[in-house]
Amino acid sequence: MTSLPLKQREKMLHEVSQELHTNEFTGAEILLKALEAEGVKVIFGYPGGAVLPIYDALYKNKNITHILTRHEQGAVHAADGYARSTGKPGVCIATSGPGATNLVTGIANAYMDSIPLVAITGQVALAALGRDSFQEADITGITTPITKYSYLVKDVKDLARVVHEAFHIATTGRPGPVLIDIPKDITTKKASFNYPPELDLQGYRINNVINATQIGKAAQAMLEAKQPLIFVGGGAVASGAAEEVTSLAQMLSFPVTYSLMGKGAFTDNDELCLGMVGMHGTVSANYAMWEADLVIGIGVRFDDRVTGDLSTFAKNATVIHIDIDPAELGKNVYAHIPIAGDVKQVLRELLKVLKAKSVKPDLKPWLEKIAGWKKEFPLRYEKSDRLIKPQFVIQQIYEVTKGEAFICTEVGQHQMWTAQYYALSEPRRFISSGGLGTMGFGLPAAMGVQIAHPDKIVFNIAGDGSIQMNSQEFATIAQNKLPINVAILNNHNLGMVRQWQELFFEERYSHTNMSGQPDFVKLAEAYGLKGLRITRPEDVRPALEEAVASPSCYILDFHVDDTENVFPMVPAGASINNILGR
Amino acid sequence: MKHTLTVLVENKPGVLTRIAGLFARRGYNIESLAVGRTENPAISRMTIVVEGDDRVIEQVGKQLYKLIEVIKLTDITNDEHVDREMILIKVNADPAIRGEIMQIVEIFRARIVDIGRNSLIIEATGDEGKINAIESALRPFGIKEVVRTGKIAMARGAKSKNGRNQEAL
Amino acid sequence: MRLTGAQALIKFLEEENVKYIFGYPGGSVLALYDALLESSKITHVLVRQEQAAVHAASGYARVTGKPGVCIATSGPGATNLVTGLATAYMDSIPVVAITGQVSTDMVGTDAFQEVDITGITMPITKHNYLVKNVDDLPVIIKEAFHIASTGRPGPVLIDLPKNVAGKVFDYRPVAKVELQGYKPTYKGHPAQIKNLAGLLAQAERPLICSGGGVISSNAWEDLKELAEKVNAPVTTTLMGLGSFPEDHPLSLGMLGLHGTPYANYAVQNCDLLIGIGMRFDDRVTSAVNKFAPQAKVVHIDIDPAEIGKNVAADLPIVGDVKFVLNELLKRINPRRNDAWLEQIRAWKKSHPLAYGDNQSSLRPQYILQKLGELTKGKAIVTTDVGQHQMWTAQYYNFTKPRSFITSGGLGTMGYGLPAAVGAQLASPDSLVVAVTGDGSFQMNMGELGTATEQKLPLKILLLNNSHLCLVKQLQYFNSGKRYSGVCFTGNPDFVKLATSYPGAVGLRIEKPEDVEPVLIEALSNGKLTLIDCCISDEELVYPVVPNNGALDEMIYYPGGEK
Repeated sequence: MTSLPLKQREKMLHEVSQELHTNEFTGAEILLKALEAEGVKVIFGYPGGAVLPIYDALYKNKNITHILTRHEQGAVHAADGYARSTGKPGVCIATSGPGATNLVTGIANAYMDSIPLVAITGQVALAALGRDSFQEADITGITTPITKYSYLVKDVKDLARVVHEAFHIATTGRPGPVLIDIPKDITTKKASFNYPPELDLQGYRINNVINATQIGKAAQAMLEAKQPLIFVGGGAVASGAAEEVTSLAQMLSFPVTYSLMGKGAFTDNDELCLGMVGMHGTVSANYAMWEADLVIGIGVRFDDRVTGDLSTFAKNATVIHIDIDPAELGKNVYAHIPIAGDVKQVLRELLKVLKAKSVKPDLKPWLEKIAGWKKEFPLRYEKSDRLIKPQFVIQQIYEVTKGEAFICTEVGQHQMWTAQYYALSEPRRFISSGGLGTMGFGLPAAMGVQIAHPDKIVFNIAGDGSIQMNSQEFATIAQNKLPINVAILNNHNLGMVRQWQELFFEERYSHTNMSGQPDFVKLAEAYGLKGLRITRPEDVRPALEEAVASPSCYILDFHVDDTENVFPMVPAGASINNILGR
Repeated sequence: MKHTLTVLVENKPGVLTRIAGLFARRGYNIESLAVGRTENPAISRMTIVVEGDDRVIEQVGKQLYKLIEVIKLTDITNDEHVDREMILIKVNADPAIRGEIMQIVEIFRARIVDIGRNSLIIEATGDEGKINAIESALRPFGIKEVVRTGKIAMARGAKSKNGRNQEAL
Repeated sequence: MRLTGAQALIKFLEEENVKYIFGYPGGSVLALYDALLESSKITHVLVRQEQAAVHAASGYARVTGKPGVCIATSGPGATNLVTGLATAYMDSIPVVAITGQVSTDMVGTDAFQEVDITGITMPITKHNYLVKNVDDLPVIIKEAFHIASTGRPGPVLIDLPKNVAGKVFDYRPVAKVELQGYKPTYKGHPAQIKNLAGLLAQAERPLICSGGGVISSNAWEDLKELAEKVNAPVTTTLMGLGSFPEDHPLSLGMLGLHGTPYANYAVQNCDLLIGIGMRFDDRVTSAVNKFAPQAKVVHIDIDPAEIGKNVAADLPIVGDVKFVLNELLKRINPRRNDAWLEQIRAWKKSHPLAYGDNQSSLRPQYILQKLGELTKGKAIVTTDVGQHQMWTAQYYNFTKPRSFITSGGLGTMGYGLPAAVGAQLASPDSLVVAVTGDGSFQMNMGELGTATEQKLPLKILLLNNSHLCLVKQLQYFNSGKRYSGVCFTGNPDFVKLATSYPGAVGLRIEKPEDVEPVLIEALSNGKLTLIDCCISDEELVYPVVPNNGALDEMIYYPGGEK
């Protein structure tokens, strides 16, 4: 060795040490490598002290795009929108303390709707944990009730495995949010990067075996049914089973209704489709549910917004309940034939069995009855050429976008009108907070959707109350030049609550009227976005056409009739044949 | 070192969650936790075994006291006290070796509470040392299943720790 | 009296003299909102997002010392309170949060807008309740207010299911709270207080460190008396600002990570450190093992769990700060400590707070100094979190308690504007200024709507550098100037944004000479006014103690020594 020239020797030593070093990575680098291994392309986040090393690693990373939001709640909802529209897990990152707590609503929202999400939070250094340190919050404790699982990483050697497990848990079985809390010093400590090919989770096993006896029973019940109804929910969307649902319905000529979360799993444009069921469902769907002798619940959880009074719900029906989560079977509604399993797999098995049978049930009387209801009780509202009716705006959005847009909503009357009046023929196009009913979800979710689908038309349909909840995200939209169209159905009220006060509290309107609203057109202009105020029905269409044709973000402030209510309506807790505003 | 704390709490839903959450959040290590009603049905008593130095144990006590439902807390580690734990052990027991097992059972003054074709369930009560000892004495026979209650403890003497007055730790 | 649960709750709030409730309605609180309509004594303030409701209640509580009250509906309404509750918890602020819940028969079924908010908030409330039976309600609300406002204050949450709120029962007010497990210690141990008097009699270089506990126990007069009597200089934590007048010769301003040089020097050189109503947080001590190396440490606090938690106390005194100081004052004799005070004067002279030249470019420190001068330190100032917060703490010169409203422990961006809404309602005649940065302001800027609706003449002083500059500063020092995720290019024109709200005024400061006239205009116009101050993103907060450094190892403003 000594004979080697000094320079050459130094170079060799340097290379060897490089080699040694490249086998060791900081926790932050390990985190990003693991995210890359999971195929993550985009993360939504907001920096802060405890995540500085992660942000430093992001700075050097070329494969992952970071979208800086204006509030951590925007980040988690955006990740959620990304996940809903793609089926891939959404990823968000926030710092410790308030950053982490600002994720709580978004995590709860994803949990209720079973959306795969991985939330990464910074935490104070291990030595400072449990001492009420600056920006310390027990986020794993806080999120225990609203995550599928959560991790506090205490050793950098565990980090890669934890990330792998987190993605596995978030995306398999019934999907859901998983949180990884990483103390700051873990992100600077070094370890080698070992991405375990196999995971060993003793307490988490996915049941892949579908009970053939149950399939047989279900098929039999379906062939014997006189008044069957398929009821499809978010689980069908999550498992990618839209095709199978369609095959099943069309093969047997079974009518189909859906929950809010199931919208798009079966096309609204098919004769067999009855639209949404439940509190603001169509009359025909609710009547069909009321009279059905067989209800086939597919990836649904018979939520109270669907069932109304549980004791009278589908009281004449045999219930087949297909869901991946065995805990859902029989939780709210008794299932005569429960089938635990992935919806897509179960339906495939079911279709196999059904195809082998030559008899088809005769449903003519039932389908005629339903056709009669559809004719007698269509969705309707009073048309006006003076006032803009909110339903009219939705119909116009549908026409202008030819039913092909990604539609995000906030929560309130506009959400229900959208579910009612925007016909969809594909899953993952309707992005809405179902279980938690989170106002402020739509705008950031639309960012996630637009980033996942840069060439598609994305609408956020909002109310004036909801849009103010996360309006700071207009800055993120401006920064990333996202051509989202925001349609505000502005009635200067918290309309849905106002509606309840009108109908159930004798018109005692308590704090549902909002004065002090901004001028949304000026607000748009403050961001350099396009703003239009629309006050006459005839201006609705041109405004929408302008917005859709333009590559800019438009904020469309539709001043709609503020007395309009969402009908039909089943009062909370009433039987679903008890319908107001038929 | 290990400390044995007895904690009197109001018998209300969620108390156990609050205490478990506190330990997790503050990073304290629970060795075991046993809980049950006292002579007063409105009050439960927990026996918690915690690992930690004096400073940690002092914090544990103070933080526990901050929970509204915690009425009284005593560290009885250094007091004269009786502590007991119960274990159920399911052990392989071919008829041929049953005699040997019975002997061990007798030595530990344990009991056989169930007899299967090839197995026995043995119940033993005692302090931690004894419980550990019987478990290791039975291990060579092949233990199929073990369940332990965790420690419960009571100070010796006439004075009651379930009294209403708080005592400083 | 036959009342529904909701009516009983409102009646109770009236009896507790609650004047304002900050809230947002929703399906599961309809009965409460209906009962609110009947109340002539309680004003409901409709916010734009529930996070703002709890921050506003917290701002109200900090100004008045009375519990702030907020309401949110179940599900997302409740979860939107989480950050605000955690903020109040870390800073020991009395807040009572009332959340709606789904009906008891639906609890645990994942019903629409159901969330386990008592489970979620366990780590961040002093206590919480799920009311399962309306007959328990009178006791629970009484306990909630008692727990929130006594001992070490903190937030308490009451989760009220919809059917419980709607149920009629026989309401009888509860006279007295009886909680077996909750008995705060108010009186400090006399022997310990005597020992402290002894230490004070011997100390040559005493230093008082005053925290938020001095304010929450209303003990600022006693503190002043103590300091003057024994001639002990006083430094304050962020939460303690205002507990000792900063124009007083014994005042050293704030200590800690961004404390004044002389406060930090005093800590490292004192022989007796009396921590009063503070918790030796990591932002105060920096490296704990190098903190106050020469000092005997006395720690006075109402929460025994704080004592010895971070810094070992040579003399602990558990008790209410006001009570302890009162007792102490009876037992001490005047001291002079001339040499020590001379040393401190020298430090103040050689190492003042310093920043760059304010003639050639607009300096945020200068703006805050001017604000302090123009308002004579008498305004109520709220802040968000970031550089502007530290500059406000350093340069405003607080002279009265309950006038600095900031998120200390949790460091919550988005706190300032909603807190200002609560502060202005609590003190309608005061000038309320929300000092903020462009990052923080955007977090809850929807509350411009609330301020507009309530016609509040708030002043929003926005130090705008189009960056998250405190994070950027950390990257400057720790990440080799690799600035990641801190640049805002999509920021709105804040003046236009402000004026999109009817009646609001937007002003801009771009040059040093704008500062005084624009501030004067804003402070005197009686309207909701946003002042967009265009400052440089290169500005750093000095001094700064490096990671794990001792307080006297702080990095001083380059070239600022005199």
